[in-house]
Amino acid sequence: MAHSAPSTQVGPGEAKTRRDFLLYATSATGAVGTALALWPFIHSMNPAADVLALSSSDIDLAPVVPGQAITVTWRGKPVFVRHRMPEEITAAQNVDFSTLPDPQKDEERVQKQNWLILVGVCTHLGCVPLGQKTTDPRGAYNGWFCPCHGSHYDTSGRIRKGPAPLNLAVPPYVFTSDTTIRIG
Amino acid sequence: MAVSSNRIVRWVDDRLPIFTLMHHSTSAYPTPNNLNYWWNFGSLAGFVLVVMILSGIFLAMNYTPHTAHAFESVERIMRDVNYGWLLRYLHMNGGSMFFALVYIHLFRGMYYGSYKSPREVLWWIGVIIFICMMATAFMGYVLPWGQMSFWGATVITNLFSAVPLVGTEIVTWLWGGFSVDNPTLNRFFSLHYLLPFIIFGLVVVHLWALHTVKSNNPLGIDIKGPQDTIPFHPYYTIKDLYGIGLFLMFYLFFVFFAPNFFGEPDNYIPANPMVTPPHIVPEWYFLPFYAILRAVPDKLSGVVLMFAAILVLFVLPWLDTSKVRSARFRPIYKQLFWIFFLDCLILGWIGAKPPEGAYLVIGRIATVYYFAHFLILLPLTGWFEKPRPLPDSIGAPVITTVKR
Repeated sequence: MAHSAPSTQVGPGEAKTRRDFLLYATSATGAVGTALALWPFIHSMNPAADVLALSSSDIDLAPVVPGQAITVTWRGKPVFVRHRMPEEITAAQNVDFSTLPDPQKDEERVQKQNWLILVGVCTHLGCVPLGQKTTDPRGAYNGWFCPCHGSHYDTSGRIRKGPAPLNLAVPPYVFTSDTTIRIG
Repeated sequence: MAVSSNRIVRWVDDRLPIFTLMHHSTSAYPTPNNLNYWWNFGSLAGFVLVVMILSGIFLAMNYTPHTAHAFESVERIMRDVNYGWLLRYLHMNGGSMFFALVYIHLFRGMYYGSYKSPREVLWWIGVIIFICMMATAFMGYVLPWGQMSFWGATVITNLFSAVPLVGTEIVTWLWGGFSVDNPTLNRFFSLHYLLPFIIFGLVVVHLWALHTVKSNNPLGIDIKGPQDTIPFHPYYTIKDLYGIGLFLMFYLFFVFFAPNFFGEPDNYIPANPMVTPPHIVPEWYFLPFYAILRAVPDKLSGVVLMFAAILVLFVLPWLDTSKVRSARFRPIYKQLFWIFFLDCLILGWIGAKPPEGAYLVIGRIATVYYFAHFLILLPLTGWFEKPRPLPDSIGAPVITTVKR
């Protein structure tokens, strides 16, 4: 009874087509509906409004003297702010940048020569490189040295030696006055 | 047997017959061909269980089980987390839906005698699931740490102080302190996360028992042969999906247009251990039992009676002495069933009213009737009722109609 052909009005081939159409239409509607219903669940794991609200930080640079570096927080990550000495700037500029693993001019990485601002996260696997304190190991190029897997960064934060593929990232920032910046 | 022509499927199935198991239990399961729409509610409850577990897992990613942060973290879910409001309203209203569906499922079992031999164990597992649901719902209600959460937790845990001799010690143990506080909230969160998975496991056992003894049906008579059944798939999968479609319209109406319909406004006030709200009521699905608790002027007896109201369901298969399952063929029981149903509604209504005056009297009468139904009326009806003649088979009534 239930296993037999659905109707005597239409031939077996026709019935199959109609039934197939219903099956595909139902399945497609179900699949689209399920996907739409899953989106809120997936999206709830993206940054929430209060997390996004923390996406900019204001920094006062006035107390930072030449040769000093400070670490500030932006989006939960360390941001290195180094007040570079003249010799550090010269060292960064006098490199044939085309020979570097991630070629970039020093001028492209700073807005004002003496202020170097970088996201302090190694581009290899996310450790925080050493070099903020004068007593830290700063690697072979006097910039930063990542203790996890031995990446050396120079005084422009560019990768020079070691496994990291890219230079330390420069966050988006603006000088809101001569001595203050807003990151993000 | 060959479950598939696919070689990989066959290779796996020869080593672990998971595809055969799935085929037997979901697709080929021989189902009585006369099930009506009241048989949709089991699968609906299973569907809501999955929705509850899913929305709960995602809520837990943003919830903080600490007295200082719980309320705020829930408000953050509502305001800041992407679609957090949707997840929370799905979960809040899902709880009410789950109980509504399970109550209908339970009353369906009572009407058609689904608890009778050979389905007693199937029925027991159902009652255990129901008890686990009540515990889960209660602890979940505590988590937002509003006024109703706190005082609900205080009142319900204090039920155990009625235990003779060691009551106080038990309550202290439940609290992990000398009042409902942070340790209580932490353990409730832990258990609220655990219990749904236990319920899920119990549902699997429930289905195992069901597939062993096969589904009951509106006629309440046994399956006589293959002519009385159809395979579960596609016939009942599509019928269940249709039911889910209708149910979703009902459920989502509340989620989107009346999300706080089942809730108490006082739970949007942060918990204050110093001030009890003037009018404490549990969620609607606990009201009948709450009414029984308050019907008795003695603390211990009230608590015992309330638990007895649930536990009596375990012995229902033996209290009902009739051999006929379906109320369709039991003229007296059919009327008793509807009176009992009405009695449960009255208890629910009384549970929401203050325990005084006429409400108290009505509550007491309804409580007495609740137990009389199980302990006196059911055994007597089974002995004295003259059932109507049963059809020869599930197919017989239909075949007779066709012949005529």
